Amino acid sequence: MSKILAVDDSASMRQMISFTLKSAGFDVVEAADGIEGLNQAQQHKCDLVLSDVNMPNMDGITMTRELRGLPDYKYTPILMLTTESGGDKKSEGKNAGATGWIVKPFKPDQLLNTIKKVLG
Amino acid sequence: MTIELSQFFQVFFEESFEGLDVMESGLLSLDPENIDNEEINSIFRAAHSIKGGSATFGFSSVADFTHVMETLLDEVRSGSRSISQDTVDLFLQSVDCLRELLQGLQAEEEVDTTRAVELRGQFEEILGVAPGAETTGEPAAGPQSAGWHIVFNPCEDMLQTGNEPVRMFFQLAELGQMTVRTDISRLPSFSGMTLENCYFSWEIDLIGPAIAKSSIDEVFEWVVDDCDIIITPLAAEHSVTVDAPAATSVPVETQADIPVPAAATSIDEPATETGLASAKDAAPAVAKTGAPKKNESGSIRVDIEKIDTLINMVGELVITQSMLGQIGADFTFDKIGKLQEGLQDLERNVQVLHESVMQIRMLPISFTFNRFPRMVRDLSRQLGKKIELVVKGEQTELDKTVMEKIGDPLVHLLRNSLDHGIEKPEVRVAKGKPETGIVSLNAFHQGGNIIIEITDDGNGLPRDKILKKAQANGIVGPDAHLTDEQIHDLIFQPGFSTAEVVSDVSGRGVGMDVVRRNIQELGGHVSVKSKEGQGSTFSISLPLTLAILDGQLVRVGKQVYIFPLVSIIESLSVDMKQVSTVAGACDLLRLREDYIPIIPLYDAFGIEPDSRNLENSLIVIVESEGVKVGLVVDELQAQQQVVIKSLETNYQSVEGISGATILGDGTVSLILDIAGIVKMAQGIGINDLSSGQQAA
Repeated sequence: MSKILAVDDSASMRQMISFTLKSAGFDVVEAADGIEGLNQAQQHKCDLVLSDVNMPNMDGITMTRELRGLPDYKYTPILMLTTESGGDKKSEGKNAGATGWIVKPFKPDQLLNTIKKVLG
Repeated sequence: MTIELSQFFQVFFEESFEGLDVMESGLLSLDPENIDNEEINSIFRAAHSIKGGSATFGFSSVADFTHVMETLLDEVRSGSRSISQDTVDLFLQSVDCLRELLQGLQAEEEVDTTRAVELRGQFEEILGVAPGAETTGEPAAGPQSAGWHIVFNPCEDMLQTGNEPVRMFFQLAELGQMTVRTDISRLPSFSGMTLENCYFSWEIDLIGPAIAKSSIDEVFEWVVDDCDIIITPLAAEHSVTVDAPAATSVPVETQADIPVPAAATSIDEPATETGLASAKDAAPAVAKTGAPKKNESGSIRVDIEKIDTLINMVGELVITQSMLGQIGADFTFDKIGKLQEGLQDLERNVQVLHESVMQIRMLPISFTFNRFPRMVRDLSRQLGKKIELVVKGEQTELDKTVMEKIGDPLVHLLRNSLDHGIEKPEVRVAKGKPETGIVSLNAFHQGGNIIIEITDDGNGLPRDKILKKAQANGIVGPDAHLTDEQIHDLIFQPGFSTAEVVSDVSGRGVGMDVVRRNIQELGGHVSVKSKEGQGSTFSISLPLTLAILDGQLVRVGKQVYIFPLVSIIESLSVDMKQVSTVAGACDLLRLREDYIPIIPLYDAFGIEPDSRNLENSLIVIVESEGVKVGLVVDELQAQQQVVIKSLETNYQSVEGISGATILGDGTVSLILDIAGIVKMAQGIGINDLSSGQQAA
């Protein structure tokens, strides 16, 4: 079973993502900010990381950059959950090593479709 | 699979209200001249989260509104726009408006978005965008074709962003019949190769019934900016040369953990074990209660630590119970020591458990104080005054019910201080005071009570004006001699107001008596200390909780009553030499410097005492609102904590009685309302005497 790390400072988003993924049979690990995300990523070997961009303590872009520095997460797909449909955050995310993005707001099935695209 | 989004609404509303609080307090402390980075960031993040959540959960009225706020905040945050005090005001109004919107949505009411649209328009004006310009319609499907030719020339480090070409090929293969030619010409010699890089490029022919270009674009969405991708419609004839994807990746096949196409494993991992997981992890269904009451919310947020203590205690209780059970199973009298030990444990457990349960109802008073900075800011602008609010002791904990009911009286008192207390800046300067007035809110414990003080350094209460007004209204006689304290207390009389002009901000003369009554209903008191020209302090004393009381059991005849322990000053047996009888009024006890009216409880309640002779009785001196009286009882019994049962809900309200409780032996005992008793005593003519105490 693939394990997914979901990082978002909003509890409702985390719940929604987590519930959706679990319903689809994935294993889910949650974190509320970048620092927690890094900790979780090191404790669990995750197959995919979903991360919000704007978060307190450490934002999603910094976390992505840090994750890419970890041997375990060199090639792991990292998707940014971004409300900025404009290019700024996307290219910032890509430069930090993000695989792609999912534009908020998304519906549960959109989320799953995108994830299946990445995890095959 | 469909996911019911409504199950997440409750969490969304809760975090949104928290976010609004964060925004509000951030905006209040924001200095437009000198914007603090962390501050503006946290305001932005809150708006951003509310926007993201509301869009996700389908609350478009909130999402559209927060979108413009977020845009503006983002510009301020990045430094590309300055912010004026008026804009801060606009944000604050928007916070209020959003709060209302969300409350409406939470209560599942029809929401009125007029104000939101209006405020949103103001933001759009500031931003300089056409109203409602933001439309995020689905992009047009674009051209279709029965075949596409794709040249895919990835950047070398594509694999390092986790983008795996083989996954893209699988996606393309779902669109139609695919033919892939791999170009390995860029592949360097083995020694010059960096294993993490991608050296291949591909040419792909995709043939199928009406494939939209947009669905191909979607496959390459994340890499299109970094890679060369050329997509052209295929000419009618097409040739097939190589037919297996990834068949030519020979050079690196042995490097198993290099994620080039051949290394992609487990792509057909099933993702279908839905049933069990979803049932197990399903969030508890959101109970749809009716519209939540404005102030008294049905739920309570409890610190995990408090719950842990509770669980811990229950654990110990279970252990004690099983121990007692064992003793009881084959009891012999030589085990009596053990039994007593067990019972002691039980008593201790129950006591701690009791305290822990009560703790659950306790909340820091900051819940109430939090709304005041905003109020002070708005009012001082409205009144043209400069006022600073200082808040102390906001971590002091208070029973939830008391907290909910103390809000309005506090608002009233605070408004009063702002409106009548603090002077206009020019007046203050003329008086030699600093231009900015200070109003402070302070909460702290004192004995078994919580004291909340509202202090201002303003005008103070105008003694002569109050006296004149009271005389004009007939509240006091024309030639009454009153101390300053008594005169100040007059403002709590019904129908009393000295404000010549009734202002928007504070009372119409129906205020302070209601404040006092509300506070008394909570079992508390309010008093005022003031110095003309220097300011006033309103002091509210509240019981820690409404449900439990430390009581002194007293016996009168065959009845056992309970005195609230906090109101007892002392108990004594009477020396008849100190008692003087006053014609037409009650007896007075001379106690040190005071004369204290004596009230025989047996008369007040019409029961038969052991003895009507004062020498054989005890006198309990109690105090309420600074007035002392002596209550005559037959015997003092134990002190204990009692759980208060409301008399009104079970029977009816009785003067002099605040409630009832059930004692250990099962009998019902009445709890005395000391304030009420004092009032009863004043009714029988001790008013002047008791109020003359200080003078005596």
